[in-house]
Amino acid sequence: MIDLLSTPFMQRALIAAFLTGLAAPAVGTYLVQRRLALMGDGIGHVAVTGVALGLVTGASPTWTAVAVAVVGAFLMELIRERGHTNGDVALALLFYGGLAGGVLITGLDGQSTAPLQRYLFGSILTIAPGDVLVTMGLAAVVIVLCVGLAPQLFAVAQDEEFARVAGLSTRAYNILVAVVAAVSVTVAMRTVGLLLVSALMVVPVATAQQVTRSFRTTLALAMGLGVAASLGGVLVSALVSYRADVAPGPAIVLTSLTGFLLAWPVGLLLRQRRRRAAPFAGVVPPEHLTTEHPHEHGEECGHRAVQHGDHLDYVHDGHRHAAHEKHYDEH
Amino acid sequence: MLSDPVRLLDGGVAIEGRPILRGIDLTVHSGEFVALMGANGSGKSTLVRALTGLRDLTSGSLSLFGTPLEQFHDWHRVGFVPQRSGAGSGVPASVWEVVASGRLTHRRLFRPLSRDDRRAIGEALEVVGLTDLARLGVSTLSGGQQQRVLIARALAGEPDLFFLDEPTAGVDLPNQQALADTLAVLSGRGATIVLVAHELGPMAPLVHRAVVMRDGRKAYDGAPLADHEVHDPAFGEPHTHHHHAGRRDHAHAPHVAGPFEGRRP
Repeated sequence: MIDLLSTPFMQRALIAAFLTGLAAPAVGTYLVQRRLALMGDGIGHVAVTGVALGLVTGASPTWTAVAVAVVGAFLMELIRERGHTNGDVALALLFYGGLAGGVLITGLDGQSTAPLQRYLFGSILTIAPGDVLVTMGLAAVVIVLCVGLAPQLFAVAQDEEFARVAGLSTRAYNILVAVVAAVSVTVAMRTVGLLLVSALMVVPVATAQQVTRSFRTTLALAMGLGVAASLGGVLVSALVSYRADVAPGPAIVLTSLTGFLLAWPVGLLLRQRRRRAAPFAGVVPPEHLTTEHPHEHGEECGHRAVQHGDHLDYVHDGHRHAAHEKHYDEH
Repeated sequence: MLSDPVRLLDGGVAIEGRPILRGIDLTVHSGEFVALMGANGSGKSTLVRALTGLRDLTSGSLSLFGTPLEQFHDWHRVGFVPQRSGAGSGVPASVWEVVASGRLTHRRLFRPLSRDDRRAIGEALEVVGLTDLARLGVSTLSGGQQQRVLIARALAGEPDLFFLDEPTAGVDLPNQQALADTLAVLSGRGATIVLVAHELGPMAPLVHRAVVMRDGRKAYDGAPLADHEVHDPAFGEPHTHHHHAGRRDHAHAPHVAGPFEGRRP
């Protein structure tokens, strides 16, 4: 195991996985906030055409993918902003156009689709040293923009009209998010592959929101979970590599989904607890419905105490008992 | 005065070629509390969107604080409270975070919050009475509380001029009273307030001047009116319940009403 980890290709894979895991959920948080969770998927499909162009022309598939993905993201944002086409229909048009274009272009050159496969499902273990440097540079740009401009991006996605009256150029920020999403798709292309990239953008965010209540903690936790899933997936695929051929991309996505499955019941419990502890609204009824009660409510009695105006109600088999002089009132 | 917070001359708005607002002159003086009223579809929300620059004017000219809108950059002097939207965001956001976004007009890019920013956010939360709920998710609050969050967000920017678009729509009476108390504090500090409302409710005593919109034009501009006067048929609102109720009341006797006479005592 230690031998495997010290090999250069494994170290490159771990660096790429770490950066991808950090960058993809960072921009994914803003996509989920705008309810555009599948936008990453759309850009991924468009990028297939870019990769094919690179493979056919002999240019670097990474850079042609960046270029085509940025153009695609720009188009999606324009179609969304103009609002004439339904947002998800616009996405679908680009989805299929991109994927079909990629496969068609690869075929034109008489090539097999095998090289394209490496980009569709990721092939983190074949990353060249030069690719790692490009990945590092692009990931750094994505992370700096997503974290550094968090207040502005948050405001624009939360309430676009308010942001405009606050003097922000909302169109510029919307396009920025689309372009950053395109860049992080190409960053993640070698690790998880274009067809699975959206999972690394969305699943850590969905997992984080199970337990968080604020945007900042969601963003930070999603980035942490993304790193854990990426590194975990690469290690899993390396560990089993002696017995079976497990591609790192699907391993990363399944690790991430496992995290969600574990967090989901925790989130349910947390929400339930918060709801039960939330203060009762409404005014105290003027009439006194006195009630018999066999024991004295207090910290030790085991009944849930919930704030109700200026006093506590003890929740008790579907009743709410409030102390009043020597007896309890039904509230 | 040249530096009036709002000065709209012969303003018109057309949406996709359809004239919505026509020939509107509106000047709001410093420190004034103006209620923009009218029926649904009368253009009052469109007017406020034009005044905040969200809708382009198709005719006329608008200046804010004496600067034509095209050259206006002092957005920190303007606070906007939009209509509460039904759809929340896809990621949880705390009350504090939403209110903090009101400081963006004062913040530079890539800079953390200053001590001054934190003080303004804390004060804004205190004025609307949500200090204790600051750490909660916005989506877990009631409608009235969410409306107060939006007001706190505008307050955090410490503006001189507030635009509020129907802050009391769908808000129960105790929360309307809380809103009115907040607006009373602002007005008392000398802020200029433009409030869009269908009915004033507890905010009625605060209003200095009422502007009533009818079918995209200004139908009345003057002393505050009671809610039922705004819906008087003299302002051309033939389809409200008041009209039908009135007709039933007077089924057996012809009724002649003066333009400002209330339909019902």
